[in-house]
Amino acid sequence: MRYAGRDWLLFGATGLATLLVLSMLGIIIGVVLWQGAPVISAEFLTSAPTSDMTGGGILPAIYGTVLLTLLMTLAVVPVGVATAVYLTEYASPRSRLAGIVRAAVQNLAGVPSIVFGLFGLGFFVLFIGRGLDTALGASEPVWGKPAVLWSALTLAILTLPVVIVTTEEALRAVPNDLREAALALGATRFQTVLTVVLPNARGGILTGVVLAVSRGAGEVAPIIFTGAANFLPYLPTDLRDMFMHLGYHVYALATQSPNVDAARPMLFGTVLVLLTVSFSLNLIAVVIRSRSRAALRA
Amino acid sequence: MSPTESTNASAAGGVTPDSAARQSSAPPADGAASRSLTRKRRHGPAWHRVAEVAVRVMAASAVVSIVLIFAFVLREAVPIFWEQSDVRLVDLVSPRQWANYDAPMFIWQPVGGVAKMNIVPLFLGTLKVTLLSLLFAVPLAIGAAIFVSQFARRRVREIVKPAVELLAGIPSVVLGFFALMILATWVQDAFGLAYRLNALVAAMGLSLAVIPVIFTISEDALDAVPRQLKEASLALGARKWQTTLRVVLPAALPGIAAAVILGFGRAIGETMVVLMASGNAAVMAPFNPTSSARTVTATIASELGEVSQGDVHWRVLFLLGALLFTVTFVLNRIGVAIVARLHRKLTATSR
Repeated sequence: MRYAGRDWLLFGATGLATLLVLSMLGIIIGVVLWQGAPVISAEFLTSAPTSDMTGGGILPAIYGTVLLTLLMTLAVVPVGVATAVYLTEYASPRSRLAGIVRAAVQNLAGVPSIVFGLFGLGFFVLFIGRGLDTALGASEPVWGKPAVLWSALTLAILTLPVVIVTTEEALRAVPNDLREAALALGATRFQTVLTVVLPNARGGILTGVVLAVSRGAGEVAPIIFTGAANFLPYLPTDLRDMFMHLGYHVYALATQSPNVDAARPMLFGTVLVLLTVSFSLNLIAVVIRSRSRAALRA
Repeated sequence: MSPTESTNASAAGGVTPDSAARQSSAPPADGAASRSLTRKRRHGPAWHRVAEVAVRVMAASAVVSIVLIFAFVLREAVPIFWEQSDVRLVDLVSPRQWANYDAPMFIWQPVGGVAKMNIVPLFLGTLKVTLLSLLFAVPLAIGAAIFVSQFARRRVREIVKPAVELLAGIPSVVLGFFALMILATWVQDAFGLAYRLNALVAAMGLSLAVIPVIFTISEDALDAVPRQLKEASLALGARKWQTTLRVVLPAALPGIAAAVILGFGRAIGETMVVLMASGNAAVMAPFNPTSSARTVTATIASELGEVSQGDVHWRVLFLLGALLFTVTFVLNRIGVAIVARLHRKLTATSR
């Protein structure tokens, strides 16, 4: 249809809003690339911070972030996928229990990240950790102190909704004919899930995992009290060790550095690495999702 | 990762093996017979039965998590109501005239000689920063949602939507960093302010976190408005802008309201941006956008590390967390309920 007069006004106003949103994304990426790229070098990525974190590199932070998200993924994926399997394959469509589970998933997604931090401290560190210490008769805290394990478990709960929602969508996209064919051949429901439904939904499930990793790798508030360290002279090798983290490193450098101007290049370099990680993960998720959708359609 | 995605999934794809099986077996009597047959046929390795039980147990994870979160945050907070301490509970919420002050005042000053822990300035700080951020985010996000759903061609849509997803994927600590290092300087230069960090800078950074939430849900709602409504309006001779503003927008209004509510919830709970960019002084200046502000979330994040466990201050911080949990829980429930209702209504009219 042809636009005239106020049609153009509305078109222009809403188009301008869109343009502003896009340009903000562009400015963030541009500034971080421009100031951060010169800092990136092999040395920056593979050495530890030196001289009050104004020199050296960020290897411990990269290592800590990878370790943290790996542990988190190990914890969240089985539980999240099982919940989605229950919702799509076991619960009847009118099940009240499934309704309660879905409502809980939605609410969990809305819980502020700092509340997860309080919970991780109150539940994992103080309740479970101290409880273990008492049970084992430890004289000083072994489990009952901030550690990479507790941070990972806290983040696992935070990312649970991401895994459940994406997996549920992926399972629903598997055509019912496949399920019925398997059941007609005499497979039990669980055999059907294991050999037909899950393999056909693996692309979608992987998308959920990648999105959860991307979300988990960037969260800082939940790990401040549950395991992140400002600086560690060694790489963590034990579940009970504390760890350095890219996001926490950005926060610490930007707000607590004794010399902010000297730390500035380090800061931009770290942000660039963090942003690259989360963007590439999101990009991978988009690619996997579109591929698996195309495969299911074929 | 938004609540709507899951409501859409549950509302749209309501076909599970159960319902499919029921539809395909023609007479209902047969359905019962075939079900008992499958029960008899059930075999397979023993561990399958164990795994099936495990699936059902793990399905409770989300429910258990929500309950545990509330319980364990409260567990650290509630002893404040019976434990002996120097801090009076009324002073948490009502103003008090402290020594050397001329009038009763709301003061948050938990460290120092006399601990003053009035939580009112913190909630005002949160409200100031979040409302200010919505002032930026709401027009931009809804404007962009209207553009994408009503005007944009497919190719433009396929650029804008992933770009907004990318914006949503930026860790909040990076947004905080951006506000602190870049926006703060721009705002200071533009308005000639004495201090770099203030509520306005934090609100601008925060709006970057809120825009994707409001955009995604509003765009979903606008896109779900049935074609027939739009076409009927255009066929009656209404112009594009009339159709958009008087037919499409009102039809999607509940969804847009829900988007704003959920965005508000997200803004209240956001920690890193406000912690890094708001200046963090607990001043009582609710109507001055360029003064510093200390929010509930930033207070918890910056103070909990320096408090000894079981202290009154410790309990107050967990109490703040429990209040925050409650507020966002209620906002989230309202938002999700509106989206679900709108979705039912729109799918009903299009049939």
